[in-house]
Amino acid sequence: MLKFTDEHEWLKVEAGVATVGITEHAAGQLGDLVFVELPETGSTFAKGDTAATVESVKAASDVYCPLDGEIVEVNQAIVDDPSLVNSDPQGAAWFFKLKLADPNAADALLDEAAYKELVA
Amino acid sequence: MEEISHLKHTPLHALHLSLGARMVPFAGYNMPVQYPDGVMKEHLHTRTAAGLFDVSHMGQVIVRPKSGKIEDAALALEKLVPVDVLGLAEGRQRYAIFTNAEGGILDDLMIANRGDHLFLVVNAACKDADFEHLKNGLADTCEVTMLDDRALIALQGPHAEAVLGELWADVSAMRFMDVAEADLHDVSCIIARSGYTGEDGFEISIPSASATDVTQRLLEHPDVKPIGLGARDSLRLEAGLCLYGNDIDTTTTPVEGAIEWAMQKSRRAGGAREGGFPGADRILGQFAEGASRRRVGLKPEGRAPVRGGANLFADTEGKTLVGKVTSGGFGPTVDGPVAMGYVDATHTDNGTTVYAEVRGKYLPVVVAALPFVKQTYKR
Repeated sequence: MLKFTDEHEWLKVEAGVATVGITEHAAGQLGDLVFVELPETGSTFAKGDTAATVESVKAASDVYCPLDGEIVEVNQAIVDDPSLVNSDPQGAAWFFKLKLADPNAADALLDEAAYKELVA
Repeated sequence: MEEISHLKHTPLHALHLSLGARMVPFAGYNMPVQYPDGVMKEHLHTRTAAGLFDVSHMGQVIVRPKSGKIEDAALALEKLVPVDVLGLAEGRQRYAIFTNAEGGILDDLMIANRGDHLFLVVNAACKDADFEHLKNGLADTCEVTMLDDRALIALQGPHAEAVLGELWADVSAMRFMDVAEADLHDVSCIIARSGYTGEDGFEISIPSASATDVTQRLLEHPDVKPIGLGARDSLRLEAGLCLYGNDIDTTTTPVEGAIEWAMQKSRRAGGAREGGFPGADRILGQFAEGASRRRVGLKPEGRAPVRGGANLFADTEGKTLVGKVTSGGFGPTVDGPVAMGYVDATHTDNGTTVYAEVRGKYLPVVVAALPFVKQTYKR
């Protein structure tokens, strides 16, 4: 199940764990990323908390936790090479895996069609 | 986002849109922050070939002596700036600052001697205040005119001379900070060999009506790409150049700001025209005794950019505040974070480690010599 937030994150939910990243639209708006800071595995966040930070040449931007949950894995590849977020934002450049506090909470998020409408 | 509709446009506005620029509000103008290439590529292109910038938002001011004698305009202006204007030869320009009575900095600017008048370029955000300041200070001796019918572009980078040379062969005779008048595509332009990137390059004042035509022709050259404000900022930061409002302002003096080099000997203690500018007592006092803080280069040790506003501490627990970052970001040519800011006089030595507060952490930052990249001016 692929879902989106109006903060331009995508979530791929499988068995109660959401793989989370930022959308192609967001990556394009941010420009060339030069630094990524990810949360620690095992940390817990509420929906809307700042879970990660990305920086372009010009500015720092927060990446919010899309739902309540616990970080079970982070993607070191985007820390080592932030440009991966620009080249493959909705694939190899996922940010973290979030064990959802409520496995059904993602149902209320935007589907792909609704998100595309949002950024159109 | 700020309402765009009331913002002013430069004469090149339509050209920016046609080039796919992302426009942002800046100093009351709608300006290109980047083009489709993006900040990183634009920055690197300027360092390796040639970048073209629209800086028409800046103020272009003519100061003309009523007596007809340029010396009278120079001496009048010296009452507002702590630099040697009288000694500025015809066809030369130099960096200057307007100071206030407390020794703070009202704006920074360029002053060119154009023979029968002085030609000033001031910052966009300060230009109206600067114009009033000039009129108030010089009304007895000079006519002060803000030009509203000229665009200003900058062509910067190692290929800038060759590109401009295809339009005007004599360009190679110009040295850094020379100013000359020349026809580009039959349009009379004022050309200064200077810029804000640390690279060799030119700043070109063009009549507004011809600005798009001249700019478009320069952009037709395969070595030239349009560059937005984003890369303009990262380029000047790597070059160690101050941004007025960030790195220098009314609360910083020239000595604190580490721009004493802008004050020639004639205006310092013991000089032929010592003092005589606003704040002279405080500024000359700091020359003699030093200031309690100073602007320095700051090189973060890790990969994380340290931005303007970050506090600097002597320790890793945030106990002893020793300074503040005023500009910081990522330097594409340095390939790492770069910054500058103010530190207490006890922490100004190159190699001193201080700690910048970033998102609750204290990141090591080393005081470093400016600039971060070698300047390539044609002296």
